[in-house]
Amino acid sequence: MKAINLLKIAWKALQRNRLRAFLTMLGIIIGVASVIAMLAIGEGSKQSIRNQISSMGSNMLFVQPGSDNRGGVRQDFSQSQTLTLADYKALKEKNTTLTDISPQVNGSGQVIFANNNWPTSIHGVNPEYLNIRKLSVKDGSMFTDHDVLAATKVVVIGQTVVENIFKNGEDPIGKTIRFNKIPFKVIGVLAEKGQNTFGQDQDDIMLAPYTTVQKRIQAATYLQSISASAKSENIAAQASEEMSSILRASHKLKSGDENDFHVRSQEELISTFSATSEILTVLLVAIASISLVIGGIGIMNIMYVSVTERTREIGLRMAVGGRGRDILLQFLVEAILISVTGGIIGVALGIGSTLLVASVMSWPTIITMQSLVISFTVCAITGIFFGWYPARKAASLDPIVALRYE
Amino acid sequence: MKKNIIKIENLKREFVMGNETVRALKGISFSVEEGEFVTIMGTSGSGKSTLLNILGCLDKPTVGSYEIDNVPVSNLSKNELAHLRNEKIGFIFQSYNLLPRTTALENVELPLMYNASVSSRERRERALEALRLVGLSKRIHHTPNQLSGGQQQRVAIARALVNNPVLILADEATGNLDTRTSYEIMALFQELNAKGKTIAFVTHEPDIALFSRRTIVLRDGHITKDYPVENIADAALALAQLPKEEELEANS
Ligand SMILES: Nc1ncnc2c1ncn2[C@@H]1O[C@H](COP(=O)(O)OP(=O)(O)O)[C@@H](O)[C@H]1O
Ligand SMILES: [Mg+2]
Repeated sequence: MKAINLLKIAWKALQRNRLRAFLTMLGIIIGVASVIAMLAIGEGSKQSIRNQISSMGSNMLFVQPGSDNRGGVRQDFSQSQTLTLADYKALKEKNTTLTDISPQVNGSGQVIFANNNWPTSIHGVNPEYLNIRKLSVKDGSMFTDHDVLAATKVVVIGQTVVENIFKNGEDPIGKTIRFNKIPFKVIGVLAEKGQNTFGQDQDDIMLAPYTTVQKRIQAATYLQSISASAKSENIAAQASEEMSSILRASHKLKSGDENDFHVRSQEELISTFSATSEILTVLLVAIASISLVIGGIGIMNIMYVSVTERTREIGLRMAVGGRGRDILLQFLVEAILISVTGGIIGVALGIGSTLLVASVMSWPTIITMQSLVISFTVCAITGIFFGWYPARKAASLDPIVALRYE
Repeated sequence: MKKNIIKIENLKREFVMGNETVRALKGISFSVEEGEFVTIMGTSGSGKSTLLNILGCLDKPTVGSYEIDNVPVSNLSKNELAHLRNEKIGFIFQSYNLLPRTTALENVELPLMYNASVSSRERRERALEALRLVGLSKRIHHTPNQLSGGQQQRVAIARALVNNPVLILADEATGNLDTRTSYEIMALFQELNAKGKTIAFVTHEPDIALFSRRTIVLRDGHITKDYPVENIADAALALAQLPKEEELEANS
């Protein structure tokens, strides 16, 4: 039989039972739509995490203190004091792979201007910190190495801090604000960065010379962390190793000793987080695939019912010259038409609901061509796979038995 | 001598059901020449449908040979039989067997859908012609549930004619119809026969057999009689002589 006749016959058979055909499609429609939406959401969040992390600087490295074993007592991570200014100086002098490096000491407390106060944290850093973190100063200027040497009481503040203590719209530059009662002169305002992937406000921040923070706020000499940037992304791993060996030498660790610090690169972070969201995507797609399989079983179910119900029709078709193969192909094409039509509607619905999710909940989403092709192919295969057995059953009927079927 | 359309010899058909064997046909031989109009008569269960199914290549005999249009069918495969049915045979059933929710035209086109050598345009033209022949030109877009029983059977006859078969087989084609409609259908068969169509017609009603040229009587799987009909009745005339419907209503 000609292919065009086959399509016509199958299409007309579906036309005769439109509601049923649609209900059969529903499983496929929902399956395909959810696979596409899930993939788009998964892909979108993966991409946005990647963007966020690399916007922080993908060649960034930072060192955190680790547990101090030397006293024989393991100390709580947050209280470790294994990182010192001496480490920073050693790294700065001996490295061959870094462009910028800055120590970091943190303090938290209340910042006050006029009648307004706001809880925030202050980072004691050097001017290179801006480059490392990809920050820039919008108004005024960054403090200088002279300020670091002299431990002057100057700050550069983030937009959130500006909004919360300069409520009357005053120009912050040149104003004196108090952080934990210590007066600081505002010399610059940072350009906005917004929230990061983890929901932290990156603008709720104050930067001051690390010397000032150590002396005035912490009254201590150890560091919370050291940030650095490698000369290029490609040598980030190499830089990480070099930093480790410099620090081991500086800490006088023997070859068998564990590191009492952690060097982390952004690349590492990216791969950790992409792996997590990869797993999430796989899970989402697995759930969506289940509904696709259920859709397929729905097709098989209805095709079986249809074969039984149309036994006399099958007998008649055979009586007027339809061969077993023609009958098989007819039912197979019907199943494929159902699943492919369902697939097309599903793709449309999937794209539609993805766009809806993107606009209503402002989630990042990316619809890839790949996901469309895959889910569409899968549903065509579903049609063939689940349509095959009912179609075989129809084709193997004996014409007289089928004609006599009540 | 005219050529044989049907030639069967010592045809037997047995159905095995568990450990019981039903012998529906017990050795039947006859021939039908081109242009004949044969009725196969017999009581219910005498084997008429079994015979007709074999003649229509829907079923195969257990024993015996069958040639249709000089083609021996015993050794043909399933697909070759389907091809034969498509090209040489027109089947008409008691219960019409039209596809539901499908127009008369599409129903009639059906056999040609399975014939790859017929274009869609030719298919439509031939279906329209067949419907014109059975007097349904004005009903081509009606679906079976919009047609009377007689009209549905006419659609089925058109479907049997559309592939221009050498043999038309009808199994109790008037069984579901009232007398008037039956006569109308018989008039149509006579008309087709007059144009040269070979027809084998199964019925258990003796008055219907009078419209054919030859009667074969089956009983219990055997042929008991095979005779030419002497005074062939004219169905069109019989139709005209039936009391008019208004009279029937007035009398009742
Ligand atoms: N598929 C079948 N299986 C078993 N027995 C059958 C089958 N078809 C017909 N028969 C038997 O064969 C005999 C003839 O049946 P059939 O040809 O249908 O008779 P008719 O059409 O003359 O009424 C009956 O006894 C019937 O029960
Ligand atoms: Mg019968």
